[in-house]
Amino acid sequence: MGKTIAEKIFSLHAGEDVHAGDLVVAQLDFVMGQDGTAPLAINSFHEMGGRGVFDPSRVAFVIDHSAPSPNEGVSSLHRLMREFASEKKILLYDIGCGVCHQLVPEQGHVVPGDLVVGADSHTCTYGAINAFSTGVGSTDLAAAMISGKLWFKVPDSIKFICSGVLPEGVFSKDLILFLIGEMTADGATYLSAEFSGDAVKALEVEERFTISNMAIEMGAKAGLMEYDEKVEKWVKSHSTRPANPVFPDPDAGYEEVRQYDVSRLEPRVALPHTVDNVSPVKDVEGQEIQQAFIGTCTNGRISDLRTAANILKGQKVSPSVRLIVAPASREVYLEAMKDGSLQTLVEAGAAFVTPGCGPCVGTHNGVPSDGEHVISTANRNFKGRMGNSRAFIYLASPATVAASALTGKITDPRSYLQK
Amino acid sequence: MLLSGKSFKFGNDVNTDYIISGKYKFKTLDMNELARHVMEDLDPDFYNKISEGDMIVAGTNFGCGSSREQAPLAIKHAGISCVIATSFARIFYRNAINTGLPVVECDTSQIEEGDELEVDLAEGLVFNRGRGLEIPVKPLPPSMIRILADGGLIKHFQKHGDFKFD
Repeated sequence: MGKTIAEKIFSLHAGEDVHAGDLVVAQLDFVMGQDGTAPLAINSFHEMGGRGVFDPSRVAFVIDHSAPSPNEGVSSLHRLMREFASEKKILLYDIGCGVCHQLVPEQGHVVPGDLVVGADSHTCTYGAINAFSTGVGSTDLAAAMISGKLWFKVPDSIKFICSGVLPEGVFSKDLILFLIGEMTADGATYLSAEFSGDAVKALEVEERFTISNMAIEMGAKAGLMEYDEKVEKWVKSHSTRPANPVFPDPDAGYEEVRQYDVSRLEPRVALPHTVDNVSPVKDVEGQEIQQAFIGTCTNGRISDLRTAANILKGQKVSPSVRLIVAPASREVYLEAMKDGSLQTLVEAGAAFVTPGCGPCVGTHNGVPSDGEHVISTANRNFKGRMGNSRAFIYLASPATVAASALTGKITDPRSYLQK
Repeated sequence: MLLSGKSFKFGNDVNTDYIISGKYKFKTLDMNELARHVMEDLDPDFYNKISEGDMIVAGTNFGCGSSREQAPLAIKHAGISCVIATSFARIFYRNAINTGLPVVECDTSQIEEGDELEVDLAEGLVFNRGRGLEIPVKPLPPSMIRILADGGLIKHFQKHGDFKFD
């Protein structure tokens, strides 16, 4: 039988022919930790007797989750990361550089065919450029930094074939929210998800990252996509490393193949307090909101800011809403300055915060009050996620969040997009 | 190893934000401090209710969400001896084994809040004493058995300097 993308990447990195279910120790191309996970990994690294890292150019720390530091506890953990990075000569992306999952591909550290681990669950993002990337914990990160390897069970795969054309005003975020609603939070646990079909091919690489990013929200180990000319062009403009494209065999074995025609898909929203609690926007239209957030590793890219700017151009955010924007990286921030989206959004009333995770994880930058309703472009809406367990979080596309910020209520964006 | 304790029952999809909220975990590496806030958003009084050795019992997909290793560590430092769930999210499961928190996958529909439980990790069995039930456990993959036998991934590396599963 032929192989899936996951089976091929693991075969390449284990140095032997492997199939789903095999246990392997595989070579890693890149290893990443962030400020919520790296400090513990540094402790584990020392306890394990680690001296140097396997290859300093293939290890990065990113200070993004709580950056700049909001208190002295965080400051001391950031200092621990800076000291370790300097001593081991690994890459450090300090405050203001951006979100780890924007930086790793944007700065050219991952290319098609790679095997990457990151101590962050949304590491599955790089599947969009045909790399097998997955989240691990801090002790796995420490072992990976020391040895350049990690053990894996080669996963079975599930394939999503999405055909048709996404309607105007319906985005890749709506598609992945729809799929998570169909699959539920554990429908793809332990599986490698492959997203394919004409509707996926029609998406730009930036939009594809949004889908791969949220594969973990259905439990998947990775969210892989096929290599094509768009990936080739995107990777060439970001990395000097050679790509090693991997294609699934036509007779590859999948645990399940699911087909969807997306031509009639409508904007979607995940309702409090789980990501799989997905509903059409029209069913909750009119729900008042007090805060709107555009950013994160899911939807803080330049195309997302442009979509929001398109809706808010020449308009003012509702006086009852606080709109917070966190560009996914410094490059995105600069790009938004150059093309005018930054000015448009600020004129509309947006409060910009440092490139990074912003208020997504509830440590700073916009913790909601008791009973408040927040609409966000992030990937998680668990109770307490944004720092207050008595607040309510809705997840949607940047267009839906911008339109909702404008009206003060959850709003279908389709009549608000300007030509 | 034989573990015994009282059951504290939770539902499906208990995520790592509920186990230990992001608002605490970014501030400190003091796991005893984090342990005081374990499961706080689901049950604000949880830490005060439990005694050493008690067990968390849950439905499907326990530990879904973020990769934070503080989740199994906070549970362990709170004195919980074992987490029993119908199924676990992948990263949490790895982290638990790596940090030496026993996790047991079995049908938890026959366990209620407050049941007195015994878990035999070597035999792979859960005994529900009050109800006289024996519940079989799904076995671990061989690599995880090796890591657990060494006392976690840190000790595995201290011993072998690398991954060693042969």
